[in-house]
Amino acid sequence: MSTGSTADDLAAHAAERVRDLPALLQALVRGVGALRRPTSQLVGIATGGAWLAERLQAELALPGEHGVLSSAMHRDDFAQRGLSAREPTRLGFDVNGAHIIVIDDVLYTGRTIRAVVNELYDYGRPASVTLAVLIDRNGRELPIQADFAAARVELPANNMVALRRDAAGVLSVVIEKRPS
Amino acid sequence: MLYRRNPQLNKNGELVHLLSIEGLPASILRQVLDTAESFVSVNDREVKKVPLLRGRSVFNLFFENSTRTRTTFEIAAKRLSADVINLDIARSSASKGESLLDTIANLSAMAADIFVVRHGESGAPYLIAKHVAPHVHVINAGDGRHSHPTQGLLDMFTIRHYKKDFSNLTVAIVGDVLHSRVARSDIHGLTTLGAAEVRVVGPKTLVPADLAQMGVRVCHNLKEGIRDCDVIITLRLQNERMSGALLPSAQEYFMSYGLTREMLQLAKPDAIVMHPGPINRGVEIASDVVDGTQSVILPQVTFGIAVRMAVMSLVAGNEAN
Amino acid sequence: MKILIKGGRVIDPASGLDQVCDLAVAAGRIVSIGAAPSDFHANKTIHAVDCVVAPGLVDLAVRLREPGHEHAHMLQSEMAAAVAGGVASLVCPPDTDPVLDEPGLVEMLRFRSEKLHQCRVFPLGALTRGLRGEVLTEMVSLTQAGCIGFGQADVPLPTLHMLSRALQYASTFGYTVWLHPQDRDLGSGVVASGPLATRMGLSGVPVVAETIAIFSIVELMRAAGARVHLCRISSAAGLELVRKAKAEGLPLTCDVSIHSLHLIDTDIGYFDSRSHLRPPLRQQRDRDAIRRALADGTIDALVSDHSPVDEDQKTLPFAESEAGASAVELLLGMALKWAEDGGVELRRALQVLTSAPADIMTGGLDAVRCGAGRLTVGGLADVCVYDPNAEWMINADTLRSQGKHTPFSGYAMRSKVRCTIVGGYLAFEA
Repeated sequence: MSTGSTADDLAAHAAERVRDLPALLQALVRGVGALRRPTSQLVGIATGGAWLAERLQAELALPGEHGVLSSAMHRDDFAQRGLSAREPTRLGFDVNGAHIIVIDDVLYTGRTIRAVVNELYDYGRPASVTLAVLIDRNGRELPIQADFAAARVELPANNMVALRRDAAGVLSVVIEKRPS
Repeated sequence: MLYRRNPQLNKNGELVHLLSIEGLPASILRQVLDTAESFVSVNDREVKKVPLLRGRSVFNLFFENSTRTRTTFEIAAKRLSADVINLDIARSSASKGESLLDTIANLSAMAADIFVVRHGESGAPYLIAKHVAPHVHVINAGDGRHSHPTQGLLDMFTIRHYKKDFSNLTVAIVGDVLHSRVARSDIHGLTTLGAAEVRVVGPKTLVPADLAQMGVRVCHNLKEGIRDCDVIITLRLQNERMSGALLPSAQEYFMSYGLTREMLQLAKPDAIVMHPGPINRGVEIASDVVDGTQSVILPQVTFGIAVRMAVMSLVAGNEAN
Repeated sequence: MKILIKGGRVIDPASGLDQVCDLAVAAGRIVSIGAAPSDFHANKTIHAVDCVVAPGLVDLAVRLREPGHEHAHMLQSEMAAAVAGGVASLVCPPDTDPVLDEPGLVEMLRFRSEKLHQCRVFPLGALTRGLRGEVLTEMVSLTQAGCIGFGQADVPLPTLHMLSRALQYASTFGYTVWLHPQDRDLGSGVVASGPLATRMGLSGVPVVAETIAIFSIVELMRAAGARVHLCRISSAAGLELVRKAKAEGLPLTCDVSIHSLHLIDTDIGYFDSRSHLRPPLRQQRDRDAIRRALADGTIDALVSDHSPVDEDQKTLPFAESEAGASAVELLLGMALKWAEDGGVELRRALQVLTSAPADIMTGGLDAVRCGAGRLTVGGLADVCVYDPNAEWMINADTLRSQGKHTPFSGYAMRSKVRCTIVGGYLAFEA
């Protein structure tokens, strides 16, 4: 629970919550393990969610490969920001009748989730879609919630939290102030 | 001479019109190819449509007839959920009718977002781009002998798909280079993306020496031209050329410059054969080569849709400013 | 009217005069160069300190677009543009609508232009009826009506046979034939042949289109004993042929346009139709050869090649647009710029605009001699006073011509005409 009232206190408290990344990752593994059905497919949202899905696939010793979902084709901000050429969608299984667990690093406004669900529907009609995220932060702009979140934080409006991966493949969480 | 900014790029160096491959930095070409990569997969989905250009209008302005190219652009636009309007403006010398710019002005008043233009005169799309409203994007679908940038880009995409790295490649472009906008676009694409060697092959009447200034090696002998090539692009020989003062006949052309199985053996064993279409079997290329294992002519067509989707979505997302 | 021009640098290229002094004009003649007579009371004084006082310019190529564009009052606007550019005498080509192949049309043009009291107009008559290259025109009647020579503008003759006949007929009477050296079949492109034309996918005009034409003209004029003026040389190779013909002593003169003097093929930029010109802009080495040739006298005169084109005809794809640019107001400035860039002395720069073109205009016809292009006491008072240091921008707002298109748009021009006097009449004052 946040005790500070100023924006800096809020940010500091959030930083504290996400400091221990290995612990968060373990929590995520346990959470996804609990959500799983025998036939569930893991799909990570490019790029942070895809990194996490790769880790989860290994940690949970799941057969096959994790899928990757791109939000590029269905984003609602194309007119403002143009097309982002990130990793394209790669699924490797039939979406029709599948139980899909979508993995993302940070759940914020909910717009990315809306876009990737639309993306999934271009491939077929899934039996179910559940959402597991590493960090669930305040600031939802659509009625979308995670089925599991390893950490819930509150941040001031102009702060961003993101998952980074360095050249060696080491993950880290960063909280930054966005220039206003 | 006064400095003129490349009219295809806005102040941030982003692509707002696609008029010619010439003058575009390699980074922009790669951006188009990478974006096209994502769109190839759209064609494999159950729902072959993405909403990127929903609510936008694409006007196909074809002053020169071409069902093939127009259809490809139409499919590409519809896969992006855009509305497509086709305008066949036949250009007859007998009736001048409405001036080119009046046509553009009238269409702009109908809230077009993208004009795809094919015109018989080199440079026409530049004139159009100069006179459209700021939010309108112009894509050149072929102007005279000058440029066919989407064909050039899909050819580059095809080559990258099969060969990966341009820097080791020797590419031969065979045929009527003098009159070919596809050849010019291919040459610019290959030199910008760093192909090791680009050769143009054909008789002197169709392959003039001053092409060398574009950074290519001019060959008038087919054997010499395709020896050890990784890629062979054969160009369509137009009927008008064959009966004019440029070439005596199609048969003679085929004897000296037709790509046959025997000739193909002079190239590398894994060389790919390309053609922008439509093909004149037995004139520039033998039937068994068209249908053979080294031909990638049909994949070119598929890639063409993805590349055009990429171009349209990229320009539509960038502001003219 | 009595005009006194005070304190200017008076330069007469023909005589070599170059001194700061006064110049007095009365009754259409120059009364004095130097101190004016004590009893000279000027109605009008022009203060020309820091200005140059030169003979009124003589431009050998100005299209007035009349007959043909009477409804647009082009005769008026283009002549006004000419005097604003310091031009006192101009030669107009015969490619009007209708073509100047009838004495009546020539008389009408001279009558209408004289009424406007601007500059003198010396028409070229058509060499063949309708410029169609089939039937010779009545050159004698046309000369009596006022033509100072005969040509085809840039409509090449269809056969060498016709050219030969035309040269023979004209030389019978001592008339000068003005020819644009461009072969009809080889010369049908829109830009100069070469790497640029190939890259841009535009049809090219090879240099041989000019050299073959010049060679044919020289051979035929020698055989016919004709006097020829070559209009708008564009290539280094062409200039070599001119040099050889002149060395031989043939009565051959030539001119070059301000466009070929300053611009090259790459100035076309992104298919800018303002650079669609005839002859087309050629390459660097051709421009360099032209610059040297104008300095050393191989090229006799500099012309504007003024060809106003209206908006609709220019805003078309390059090959479909009409060739031509508005240029008469830029003639002086472009000559001075060439001289400055190339270290050419001012006397030569002004000579190619005054006495040299005047001599070409009159050719061997003493009857037409009128003293244009010179400042001599007792001679015709055609004077151009200009400020060599004033600057102005070339654009649609500053051009007086109705044609607003020039490849020099956006350039800064140094030198501004202060006034132009034609036959003692103040035709233009800034």
